[in-house]
Amino acid sequence: MRFDTLSDLKNYKNEISQKQDKGKEIWICGGPGCVANGSMAIAEEFIKALGNKSSSDENTSLWHSIKVLIRPEEKETEKLIRTGITGCMGPCENGPVVHVEPDGLYYQKVTVDDIEGIIGSIKENIPYKAKAMSGLDDKPAEVPSAENIPFLAKQKKIILGKMSTMSPLDLEDYIAHGGYSGLIRALESMAPEEICNEIKASGLRGRGGGGFPTGVKWESCRNSASEMRYVLVNGDEGDPGAFMDRALMEGDPYSVIEGLTIGAYAIGSSEGIIYVRHEYPLAVKRLANAIKNLEEAGLLGTNILGTGFDFHVEICEGGGSFVCGESTALMTSIEGKPGVPRVKYIRSTERGLWESPTVLNNVETWANVPHIITNGSEWFRSIGTENNSGTKVFALVGKVKNTGLVEVPMGTTLRQIIYDIGGGVAQKRPFKAVQTGGPSGGCLPASMLDTPVDFDSLTEAGSMMGSGGMIVMDDRTCMVDIARYFIDFLVEESCGKCVPCREGLKKMQMILHDLTNGKGREGDTKALEDLAEDISDTSLCALGQSAANPVLSTIKYFKEEYIEHEKEHFCRSGVCQGMFRIKIDEEKCKSCGLCSKNCPADTIEKLDSGKYCIKQEGCIRCGACFEVCPFSSVDIVNEVIDDD
Amino acid sequence: MNAEHSELLKEFTAEEVATLDEIIARHKGTPGGLIPVLEEAQVALGYLPASVQKRVAKGLNLPVSRVYGVVTFYSFFTMTPRGRHTIRVCLGTACYVRGGKALAEAIKKEVGISEGETTEDRRFTFESVRCLGACGLGPVVVINDDVHGRMKPSKLTEVLDLYS
Ligand SMILES: Cc1cc2nc3c(=O)[nH]c(=O)nc-3n(C[C@H](O)[C@H](O)[C@H](O)COP(=O)(O)O)c2cc1C
Ligand code: SF4
Ligand code: SF4
Ligand code: SF4
Ligand code: FES
Ligand code: FES
Repeated sequence: MRFDTLSDLKNYKNEISQKQDKGKEIWICGGPGCVANGSMAIAEEFIKALGNKSSSDENTSLWHSIKVLIRPEEKETEKLIRTGITGCMGPCENGPVVHVEPDGLYYQKVTVDDIEGIIGSIKENIPYKAKAMSGLDDKPAEVPSAENIPFLAKQKKIILGKMSTMSPLDLEDYIAHGGYSGLIRALESMAPEEICNEIKASGLRGRGGGGFPTGVKWESCRNSASEMRYVLVNGDEGDPGAFMDRALMEGDPYSVIEGLTIGAYAIGSSEGIIYVRHEYPLAVKRLANAIKNLEEAGLLGTNILGTGFDFHVEICEGGGSFVCGESTALMTSIEGKPGVPRVKYIRSTERGLWESPTVLNNVETWANVPHIITNGSEWFRSIGTENNSGTKVFALVGKVKNTGLVEVPMGTTLRQIIYDIGGGVAQKRPFKAVQTGGPSGGCLPASMLDTPVDFDSLTEAGSMMGSGGMIVMDDRTCMVDIARYFIDFLVEESCGKCVPCREGLKKMQMILHDLTNGKGREGDTKALEDLAEDISDTSLCALGQSAANPVLSTIKYFKEEYIEHEKEHFCRSGVCQGMFRIKIDEEKCKSCGLCSKNCPADTIEKLDSGKYCIKQEGCIRCGACFEVCPFSSVDIVNEVIDDD
Repeated sequence: MNAEHSELLKEFTAEEVATLDEIIARHKGTPGGLIPVLEEAQVALGYLPASVQKRVAKGLNLPVSRVYGVVTFYSFFTMTPRGRHTIRVCLGTACYVRGGKALAEAIKKEVGISEGETTEDRRFTFESVRCLGACGLGPVVVINDDVHGRMKPSKLTEVLDLYS
């Protein structure tokens, strides 16, 4: 497959769109969650069951075809079944996930024992009931297609749209799913300035967290006089609880590169670099495979599609440091030096990598570009809200029932994401907070659940959009401890270049460690607030400037927990060791014995009354009894108990 | 080929040293080549002690201090040898709120070393990582390439016994 001219590619696209009968496709989720759950072994078994050929070589892909009989009503027709692996399909909590096309059916928690059943159901042309994905009321959906599964029905998948129905390895597959329409339109009918204008008009804002208008950045780079210009992909994904960018690079690498190619054409660049964190070897492999295929197909390299446009892409692996995600640090890191931010008196769009004008955008930002160019800025603006157009991908994780990768229009509320899509808090525990924005973001309480998710509303609420981590926390999460967690992270990741960030954060860390170790002193909370202000005001880069957010937002919304840690040395969440005791409320206890069965220290006794009671001297305060009691009869208390 | 070379040979075989030289030669002259060289060298040799850093510095015509600066800045690089098995506990935010902290404490107790250390018998190296993308399985522990999801401190001994 090689395209030397625009018409070559257009003809090819025409040809494949004419092909009507695609047969059936069995897609096995190859996202990180499902792979960890054993999905690769399932894929191998599917292939064995369908034929005998087995192929585990990543680069030749798991594609495979055989003929089987399918029975719609009485007729027997011969169809092709193909099977392959995709990127993350979204419902990670219930993996391994299997998806059957063109019927659009989803199966969850699939094991090798289900393979025969799934293949059989395809032959019969009916859903396979046993592992149908959960519909309403948590019961397996009658017909497990996206519209009947709340987790999927309430999303709007544009960026993630292809990821459940396409091999991340095959270029043909990407093109068959609409890929490269954007580049065709750009090269065929748009001048580079027009593309910048179209992106400006779309209102696209950077998905890496800052929300800077992408078109404005491109235009300013385009207008900087220079022989050489660079376009860069920020795939550093420093947020320690998120995997959106990873999922995209692994699951749909071509769309990121297509976006990058369009951007390069728009700003007049011939060199692109994808900066990927070292911990993502599969993303590197998939991107490298995509680049190789694109070069062979003539979609990267010199004189692309006969238009005279040259563009080369390389991958650069980062060494795994949070601050390297910051734009200037990322560029020094590509230059082979320690990634330390520099003062931005000169913008990177004027003088960036190797002193040349440079555009750096986040993985997801780039992946938006082909859609905007294909469908137009007006279409894009019709999704989301006035100043926040388009969708946003989130890694919805933590104590939420349906953990996974979700995509929603901007302006969707936190409540809709966590409850309608995520199914609420896991194990029906009370909701305490949701964290967005990673280490630069904050925690919002239940009273803020109706906040629309967009750059401006989240900042106003005291958190941040960030790159898309969304961590749900229940009553067993201590907010002071979470602040300590993020400050520990930031102390480790501060590059040390400026004093307020380096020393100020260490001071905050000491106070937070004391607070969570039962050594809090009166005035600690106030001292944290003062330090926070100083660090935010005087740090050089955004790491320091936003480092206090996790502390400030938890003080703002959960002050009572700070005061309890400070004055009473009490942790109501039962997290900070030595700062609480656990007690069964005899009046509420229904004598079910569940706590006793789950106590690792075997220290819960049955009383003569039939009720249960904790012998304190044996209790290691693990909280297991608290979590399992179905009647909320176990309390976390701050009192010395008799036999202590 | 002298004191420095024999220092290298104390820790690595002649083949390993040859591989190192090959890696250096391949990237020589490329701007920004230092990090790729160190990454490949670490994969090939397992760790980057002073002797290796000196060799790299000399080969790429860089001051040793520059190489040392890069090795110590990026968490991926390590200067000490590793154990036969690597235990990595996920302390990403999602795993942390699902009990990752208690798990990390339990591992420390079980193997008797702190984060970043290797046991004396070189059986285990213990590290923490941030988000493996498997948050739905949290808390997660990865041993070598095996992912153990929904881990509990009480299941730990049983799992570690699989790795001798
Ligand atoms: C400490 C720090 C870490 C950052 N980490 C990332 C990251 O991991 N990924 C990312 O895309 N942007 C990150 N950013 C934002 C980048 O500096 C930059 O704004 C972004 O990549 C620009 O792309 P966008 O406009 O498409 O968002 C980080 C910023 C700071 C200050
Ligand atoms: S604010 Fe912190 S991370 Fe940023 S340059 Fe200063 S010390 Fe480095
Ligand atoms: S906190 Fe843990 S050790 Fe203590 S009684 Fe409950 S289950 Fe047992
Ligand atoms: S689990 Fe709750 S209700 Fe059941 S015995 Fe224990 S304290 Fe009582
Ligand atoms: S990894 Fe399979 S659904 Fe996310
Ligand atoms: S936080 Fe542990 S896998 Fe994501």
